[in-house]
Amino acid sequence: MTATITKTTKIPERPARAEGNFYSPEKKNALPGMNDRVRRLRKHSVETPESLSIERALITTRFYRENLGKYSEPVMRALNFLEICKQKTIYIGDDELIVGERGPRPKSVPTFPELTCHSVDDFHVLNSRDQQRYTIPQEDIDTYERDVIPFWKGRTMRERIFSHVPTEWKAAYEAGVFTEFMEQRAPGHTTLDGKIYRKGMLDFKKEIEDHIARLDFLNDPEATEKLEELKAMAISCDAVIVFAERHADLAEKLANTETNQQRVKELKHIAEVCCRVPAHAPQNLWEANQMYWFVHLGTITELNGWDAMNPGHFDQHLQPFYEKEIAEGTLTREDAKELISCFWVKVNNHPAPPKVGITARESGTFNDFTNINIGGLRPDGTDGVSEISYLMLEVIEELHILQPGNSVHISKNTPDKFLNAACHVIRQGHGYPSVFNPDIYVQELLRQGKSQLDAYEGGCSGCIEVGAFGKEAYVLTGYLNVPKILEITLNNGTDPLTGKKAGIETGDPRDFQNFEELYDAFHKQLNFVVDQKIRVSNYIDKMFARYAPAPFLSVVIEDCIQKGKDYYNGGPRYNTNYIQCTGLGTVTDSLSVLKKHVFEDKIFSMDTLLGAVARNFAGEEKLRQRIINYTPFFGNDDEIADTIAVRVYNDLLAAIDGKPNTKGGSFHLNMLSTTCHVYFGKVLGATPNGRFAGKSISDGTSPSHGYDTHGPTNVIRSLGKLDQVKSGGTLLNLRFVPGLLKREKDIEKLGQLIRSYFSLGGHHIQFNVVDTATLLAAQACPEDYRDLLVRMAGYSDYFNDMNADLQNEVIERTENEAF
Amino acid sequence: MTPLIFDIRRYSINDGPGIRITIFMKGCPLRCTWCHNPESQLPEVQKLYTASKCIGAQDCIEVCPENALALTPKGIVTDTEACNLCGKCAGACPTKAIEMSGKLYGVEDLMRIIERERVHIEHSNGGVTFSGGEPLMHPGFLVEMLKACSEKGLHRAVDTCGYASTETLLEVAKHTDLFLYDLKMMNPVQHKKWTGVDNRLILKNLKVLAETGAKINIRIPFIKNVNTGIEEITGMAEFVSKLKFKCRSLETAAPGKPIVNFLPYHNIASGKYKKLEMLYNSDEMDEPTAEDLKTAAEIFGKFGIEVEIGG
Repeated sequence: MTATITKTTKIPERPARAEGNFYSPEKKNALPGMNDRVRRLRKHSVETPESLSIERALITTRFYRENLGKYSEPVMRALNFLEICKQKTIYIGDDELIVGERGPRPKSVPTFPELTCHSVDDFHVLNSRDQQRYTIPQEDIDTYERDVIPFWKGRTMRERIFSHVPTEWKAAYEAGVFTEFMEQRAPGHTTLDGKIYRKGMLDFKKEIEDHIARLDFLNDPEATEKLEELKAMAISCDAVIVFAERHADLAEKLANTETNQQRVKELKHIAEVCCRVPAHAPQNLWEANQMYWFVHLGTITELNGWDAMNPGHFDQHLQPFYEKEIAEGTLTREDAKELISCFWVKVNNHPAPPKVGITARESGTFNDFTNINIGGLRPDGTDGVSEISYLMLEVIEELHILQPGNSVHISKNTPDKFLNAACHVIRQGHGYPSVFNPDIYVQELLRQGKSQLDAYEGGCSGCIEVGAFGKEAYVLTGYLNVPKILEITLNNGTDPLTGKKAGIETGDPRDFQNFEELYDAFHKQLNFVVDQKIRVSNYIDKMFARYAPAPFLSVVIEDCIQKGKDYYNGGPRYNTNYIQCTGLGTVTDSLSVLKKHVFEDKIFSMDTLLGAVARNFAGEEKLRQRIINYTPFFGNDDEIADTIAVRVYNDLLAAIDGKPNTKGGSFHLNMLSTTCHVYFGKVLGATPNGRFAGKSISDGTSPSHGYDTHGPTNVIRSLGKLDQVKSGGTLLNLRFVPGLLKREKDIEKLGQLIRSYFSLGGHHIQFNVVDTATLLAAQACPEDYRDLLVRMAGYSDYFNDMNADLQNEVIERTENEAF
Repeated sequence: MTPLIFDIRRYSINDGPGIRITIFMKGCPLRCTWCHNPESQLPEVQKLYTASKCIGAQDCIEVCPENALALTPKGIVTDTEACNLCGKCAGACPTKAIEMSGKLYGVEDLMRIIERERVHIEHSNGGVTFSGGEPLMHPGFLVEMLKACSEKGLHRAVDTCGYASTETLLEVAKHTDLFLYDLKMMNPVQHKKWTGVDNRLILKNLKVLAETGAKINIRIPFIKNVNTGIEEITGMAEFVSKLKFKCRSLETAAPGKPIVNFLPYHNIASGKYKKLEMLYNSDEMDEPTAEDLKTAAEIFGKFGIEVEIGG
């Protein structure tokens, strides 16, 4: 950190301090800021603390206790889902237009003991940790201890998985070589296409019944299994209809006691909407929003899939309703904006379900990663921007809340006007929208074997992962700690932090004669680790297919009904498993140090370097400084470093890409770390690139923090050398201080920088627009900066909700100072 | 003579249109008191020392063939008499606390570096800016570079203080798409006091250049207590309004009217002066307030001239 930063005492003005700081590309169309209703809803959502609800766990446990063994697994899951929909507390808040909560009230999160059962200790940790606290009354913990925990002991998916993994896998997992998503939550990252705006649950039910009628019990050996799955899907359709109707009943009831006549009208309308959707296809913008929301709630209540649920190209889905109603004169632009704002608040009411065990302490965010795609391409390949796209940008800018995440999709066909409008929102420094390149990700999807139509309808969900919306199960299986693989290689298969074996023996690096021998050893280690990861991932997939099917989710994903197969069992048209590789910058820079200083210039020996690394550079500052100041590092458009990065990337690809999964699809790679680079850094000793033990590794495909010293154009050139079409997504973080984005023409230049990266084949780029003084002030005086959003990885988070490590990391990221 | 380059900046967004790469040449005939790049003034190699980066490794002392360095409580001190600026100390310093400012590049070297920025330049209608120091101090090399850029279809900007022979300026103008022309003040006595030179040549050159049809972006370093008095501002506004522009200075300006930028002074350069062991006499200078800038912009407005704040 430079002296000028620490000396700053003045607390700077933040942009968008006032609520409803309004930006509109077409001012004439809109009134400034949020209206009173949205303002109140937002305030309620933001100020309500996150809490845990044991209601779902109690219903589920009771149901399982009474019915265990009576039904097939899919039907059991569907009946359990129905039971929850019938019994759970229904909530309709004052002012709400879009209704429905997963918990009994906003920000209240249920647990999923059938997957992972929280212990009493977990609850105490969650209840008392400094950041991301979920409150739960002692009374509920006692109930859980008495009624829930004993029943699930030994029965949860997590326990069943962990009791069957090979020792090599466990050793690598415990050393922090990789993580496993499915030990905590069900496979997710699902995104919908447009079918739920054309069909209601009754239509889906009819399709299901048709398929049941056509089952061939004589010639199809799987017919019985298909029957059970299809029956389960039909029950699930009923479940969400029941759930909606209970909202209609409550709305009617509230209308009877409400004194405000305007609200009575609204409540009656809510009742009408909830009777119509999701049973039938929506007819207008209000119903379309509510339709998606019920489907969303259904999928995240049935199971707790990773990254919640995503509406996909939401602007494109809503556009026909909007345009029709505007033409008919039954809706104004302001009405539409109010509805969409209400929807936004709904998503914000749903924090991620908290994790269990060690990760309960580690967890870095409330964000559940719903990511709304705005702009981009239509299924026919033309520009997808419409008035709704601009309207959504306004909503994002005005509400500036944590969720939903959002992204703009900028293809060659996207007008500059839209890019510019998005850059204006980026400038506000809330950390979103992130920016994606459909011209590249459509190619990624085509390469993975998607049809042209399905590829064009694809996009990105969660953080940066690409998928065919509404037609694909693309399951993220876990993060790979690539720098850790190098560390283990440099210690001949042993984790130096614990002294335990964590990989295979590839030889003492002190005996290596040249860089190629070292790289070969690393490469062998890498392949070994990836194979372990894939082996267990396939096993887990089978476990979910058999014991935790998701019949409701299967209803809305294409081909599950036709095949009579579950979402987790190869039902979708496409089935992909992703492994997310992290730390490309750290590993590249470390290899570059070894190559240049040890093998080529022979400035110091392998033994000297390994000794310094083992001592965490204690007493070796001179050596460390020489490394930092005299090594070619990734992110500077330097051929030497970038060639290593490309090589590592290609070898990761070769190890992962195309390996078969259990569902007829295959494994692919993406380059993503979310917040995992912080955890991975903690389980990693010092690295040859001069990084101290315990410090975060580089995130996504970004350069190591502070090592990109030649400005954003060089970062982009370096990243452009990776063949990103072969990935399922990469992630580039660039931090900009507001000073770089002061004037209109600066904003234009930001847009041009984005276009220029995308022309080099970039998949994704995102900007953190904050200055260091603001961040330091926020650290010193958190209560004054409660709305300070920064972009972390594939999502935004409140700076104050981050732990000190994450906060420091944000501060340390290279600032691109204005010249 | 080939000039030394002391910096190459990418994503340069304040030195002309679009995203640019800016090449900084060493050497300047002026000695502006507020100079942000004091290392740009002398044309020869200079040694920069950042005491805060020094960890006392003393590798520099060991490697110095002239025994010119010593470690003192203030850090490394150079005996300037003995030092022949060979740069070995800089190469030996693990933290880059010692750096040599000024490096020779051939035209081809620079073109290779510039070419790497092409994708950004093309997407933003950007280009190459030559700055300094004073690039007009090196007309031969500058023209060669400008021609090379022209061959590659790159937009060329020259950032100048205007203190050069009129012939040199006009020769350079033949190969330049845009001038970023510094105007500092009208009062010749004050100009001499603050910059070390008389301003008559600068003003004359600006007049002549405008009449050639060159595109000019006039930039005024805006330094409180130096050139922000009403009289001074009015004088500059009047002078600019009387220039006979043959060309719109930038696409956004009205025909015949230049764009004028105020570059508000910031007291940020003191660290650089320390590195050079130069004295930074900033006592009288002050950062302007928003109000100062507004008042001055209004005066220019009265003469029909648009002002933009910042580069």
